[in-house]
Amino acid sequence: MKSNIIPRMELLKASPYFSGLSITELEEVSRLLFERSYERDEIILAEGDETGALYFVASGAVKVFRASADGKEQILAIVLPEEAFNETPVFNGGINPASAQAMTPVVVYGLNSGDMEAVLRAKPQVAMNVIRIMAKKLRYLVSLVEELSFKRVISRIARILLDYAGDGAAAGMRLTQRDMAAMAGTAREVVGRSLKELVENGTIRMERHRIIISDRDALEDIAEQSF
Amino acid sequence: MENSMTPQINRDRCDGCGLCVMVCWLDGLVIINGVVAIVEGVECDWCTQCEAVCINEAITCPYEVILG
Repeated sequence: MKSNIIPRMELLKASPYFSGLSITELEEVSRLLFERSYERDEIILAEGDETGALYFVASGAVKVFRASADGKEQILAIVLPEEAFNETPVFNGGINPASAQAMTPVVVYGLNSGDMEAVLRAKPQVAMNVIRIMAKKLRYLVSLVEELSFKRVISRIARILLDYAGDGAAAGMRLTQRDMAAMAGTAREVVGRSLKELVENGTIRMERHRIIISDRDALEDIAEQSF
Repeated sequence: MENSMTPQINRDRCDGCGLCVMVCWLDGLVIINGVVAIVEGVECDWCTQCEAVCINEAITCPYEVILG
């Protein structure tokens, strides 16, 4: 089982933030890292707080999410070993734009924003890497904003459920949330939110491994909506 | 035989990383000989967290969609 903690140097070598650095340079960065451990469900960062550190996951999985005033949760990313989170306040200052919670026991390595800034000034290669990573994240978030604001995904999910539903006698095709995301051209996290919304408006019920269409006409209406 | 009441495992894809084991709040998964397995008798509640953390798509939680 490889749930062991990834050693600092191994993680830095694998991280796109530090690609192109020599072993000596990576060792310099490694000395700046601090380590923190969290229990499952523990909040690592709270939205609105000031933290000012970039975190790299050394073991476990971290959920990055925003919560609305009525308690709805939008998962922005699930961060896995070797990946990083909390970039925004490190490079932009200010408060954390999202919360981060341990989905498992988690170990992270942190790099304080002041130390990161010193690395960026001393090693332009890292600055180039950061630009690439930020551009990739921006691309993902722009597509997420589009999906959430124009609400097109829920119509597509409604259509997929109708198309793949069995009548109870003959079993319908079995679909994962990832399957539905691929079919709807969106992220798995957006599918989860759409299904939750369909449950809340009473068109479907979710009973463990079954999705039951309880109001077919209403689901058809949602599937037909164009925004 | 596949059990539709538990997540589906593709043994060839599993690299034994154990993230799914750690994320399962029912302690319903174990790594045996480097591959994930379902603990016998576990009543999976289909939270789908194991699927969400598996980068290899080795464990999946498919839904059967039916007209009510």
